[in-house]
Amino acid sequence: MSNEWPLWEVFIRGQHGLSHRHVGSLHAPDAEMAIKNARDVYTRRNEGVSIWVVEARHIAATAPGEKGPLFEPSESKVYRHPTFFDIPEEVGHM
Amino acid sequence: MYAQMIKTARSGVKTREEMTEQEREFQDKIDNDIKIEPRDWMPDDYRATLIRQIGQHAHSEVVGQLPEGNWITRAPTLERKAILLAKVQDEAGHGLYLYSAAETLGESRDELIRLLHEGRMKYSSIFNYPTLNWADIGAVGWLVDGAAIVNQVALQRTSYGPYSRAMIRICKEESFHARQGYHAIMKMAFGTPEQKRQAQDAVNRLWFPAIMMFGPNDSASTHSEQSMAWKIKVKSNDELRQQFVDQTVPQIEYLGLDLPDPGIKWNEERGHYDFSDPDWSEFFDVIKGNGPCNVDRMTARRKAWDDGQWVRDGLLEHARKKAARKVAAE
Repeated sequence: MSNEWPLWEVFIRGQHGLSHRHVGSLHAPDAEMAIKNARDVYTRRNEGVSIWVVEARHIAATAPGEKGPLFEPSESKVYRHPTFFDIPEEVGHM
Repeated sequence: MYAQMIKTARSGVKTREEMTEQEREFQDKIDNDIKIEPRDWMPDDYRATLIRQIGQHAHSEVVGQLPEGNWITRAPTLERKAILLAKVQDEAGHGLYLYSAAETLGESRDELIRLLHEGRMKYSSIFNYPTLNWADIGAVGWLVDGAAIVNQVALQRTSYGPYSRAMIRICKEESFHARQGYHAIMKMAFGTPEQKRQAQDAVNRLWFPAIMMFGPNDSASTHSEQSMAWKIKVKSNDELRQQFVDQTVPQIEYLGLDLPDPGIKWNEERGHYDFSDPDWSEFFDVIKGNGPCNVDRMTARRKAWDDGQWVRDGLLEHARKKAARKVAAE
């Protein structure tokens, strides 16, 4: 069995109610130590008020090859953006 | 610059005609400043060169803690001690960000550390020089981290996503390092004549090693071409060195210290400072392992790793037992 500590991905929520954001990764023997290490490494300058850690092997991700089929369809759907619609100035702010 | 003399895994840059379809698509992404991400296809040589460069960069951050850690217990005030401690802790973090970036390429951190400890990977030549007095600590923060910033700011635009993101994070923190160093040396340069003498001595000794950090002259730098084409490297050694000299000379003058190199002169025509070449034979000698502190640094690194083995093993064993108990209870 490998004696290398497993890899954890670290997510931090900043001060202003934003969602947790991926900030990096680290090695730790377990979740408790991962949180302690994350606190030492990724919040030394008030970067956050909450930490999530998850072992990297538990993250499922899209494959680079799927990029086209997954994300290209939205490119042609410009009407999903508010700026697609011209609203006369007289109507005022909308 | 924390990575020097990175040997590109391939000699010569392929022309578009020589490239496969896949390689052409890859090069197009790079030319269009689209970042390469861990699971994207990449040429094997791109991967190998990056692992070497990011690995060496990571090792430099970690070994770089040693010359400064040396002064934590002897800092002149409690405040300076806390500041130095914070800086050295940052360096450990920088090492971690970089090892993490290298790991996304499929090379484990433990493996990189093993290669370093076996002498098969290098770290920046600068950390093989001693820090003899407190002024050296100021000069290291100001000059060494200053030189690193020049390199790392450029590397924020590097083509590999995780490396670029690590650089962005590191640059934010590095600016504190340079400023605290300059602040410390300012105190000495404006202090007693003896303090000023020590500040001058530190600048004199560290100037050439600092400008060596950028690596050999472009004319002698054989590995750069492919790395530049792949945007693993963004600016040439000489470009970065010139930028560092231009920004640093006025800072030395402000301190009222003598310039450490009689060759430093403003060149109106070029719009840059001229300066003397460092002694490159010294540089190559230090890289080869013959610097004043190479043996000390590697001995300290290996000892730290070996002494920590029981802690790493113990914590892992504890985590495994706890996990097994949890499974049994469910």
